[in-house]
Amino acid sequence: MDFDNSKPIYLQIVDFFYENILVKEWQEGTRIPSVREVAMMVEVNPNTAIRAFNHLQDLEVIYNKRGIGYFVSDNGYTKVLEIKRREFLEQNLPDVFKKMGLLGISFEQLKNAYNQHKNEKK
Amino acid sequence: MLTANNLYFNYPTSRPVLKAINLELKPGNIYGLFGKNGEGKSTLIKIMTGLLFPKAGNCTFKGKPTQKRGPELLQDIFLIPEEFELPSVSIKAFEYINSVFYPSFSKEQFYGLLEEFQLQPRQLISTLSFGQKKKVLIAFGIATNTQLLLMDEPTNGLDIPSKSQFRKVMASSVDEGKCIVVSTHQVRDLHSLINHVMILNNAQVIFDHSLDQVTQALWFGRASNQEEVIYSEGAFGGKSLLQRTDQDESEVDLELLFNGVLHETQKINQLIDKKGHGSKV
Repeated sequence: MDFDNSKPIYLQIVDFFYENILVKEWQEGTRIPSVREVAMMVEVNPNTAIRAFNHLQDLEVIYNKRGIGYFVSDNGYTKVLEIKRREFLEQNLPDVFKKMGLLGISFEQLKNAYNQHKNEKK
Repeated sequence: MLTANNLYFNYPTSRPVLKAINLELKPGNIYGLFGKNGEGKSTLIKIMTGLLFPKAGNCTFKGKPTQKRGPELLQDIFLIPEEFELPSVSIKAFEYINSVFYPSFSKEQFYGLLEEFQLQPRQLISTLSFGQKKKVLIAFGIATNTQLLLMDEPTNGLDIPSKSQFRKVMASSVDEGKCIVVSTHQVRDLHSLINHVMILNNAQVIFDHSLDQVTQALWFGRASNQEEVIYSEGAFGGKSLLQRTDQDESEVDLELLFNGVLHETQKINQLIDKKGHGSKV
């Protein structure tokens, strides 16, 4: 895994988890790799990996079955969706708006670009 | 686990290499030992393993001085030095001869690591390249499962894919009972593994903090307000180190931290100490 220099590594691992859950690579209620496996996978200190696990546990995205391992919560997908949506609305969108202001792009233009993108996909 | 008490050292006819060194290493951590060339990193590591004796003060491992070099201590310490000579035998023979000294040695782990490093047990060590020899030693060192594992420039001589393998191997080998010390200049090779930083400069330890403490007190990134900057590099779009106030936690840039500490030792240490006391109250 490549690390972005500005974001703490444990949060980048959290993002990696979110992605796996969102693309349904990790299904709700199924077991996910252990702390050690994750540490090896992304080549980090296991203490850093533990921090990511604790963070996700606090958010109730995953839970720990003592002696067995970590599992995606039964409503893990919805939880992640909620978190990522909030992140998009509160962090990514303001950035976009700021850039739009700076570059003088109107909402109309944005709307057109969005529709065009949607049509291309179809 | 390993303690250095007011340690002094100098080589014959040289100025002091280490002055008043106090350290306490605890299990479960990977320590990064940094310092400019010739600042005594390797010397300190040699004292820790009992290869050199301090001129004053002492260095103890599990409560016993390392310079006594008792078998009960040595079987729990392994050093991977920067330069080394290995006997001209096969890897398998090397393992057979040396593994008996380490009670926790895992044969399975050793041969697993060799495979990871693409080495065959029957290869003659003398026919290997420097990097391959280093891999043999790294695999052996990790497989000894000693409580204290010291590595002096472990990634020197490793090829590009091996560095990633090395990180994987390291990540899998730390556990609560082990203490690993890595001395290196290749900060980028290891920054995701190290969780505690020690810096040697002018024969003294000028910095000794965990990365958790560092991220609490300092912020790394592009500063909007130049007045708050403690240390920065590169004028345009450069990186800066500043006191963390209301910013989100940022990732530690070890190179920037190292250079920052060399320039603003007092200021940075004060900030971290202040933060440490504040959170305790």
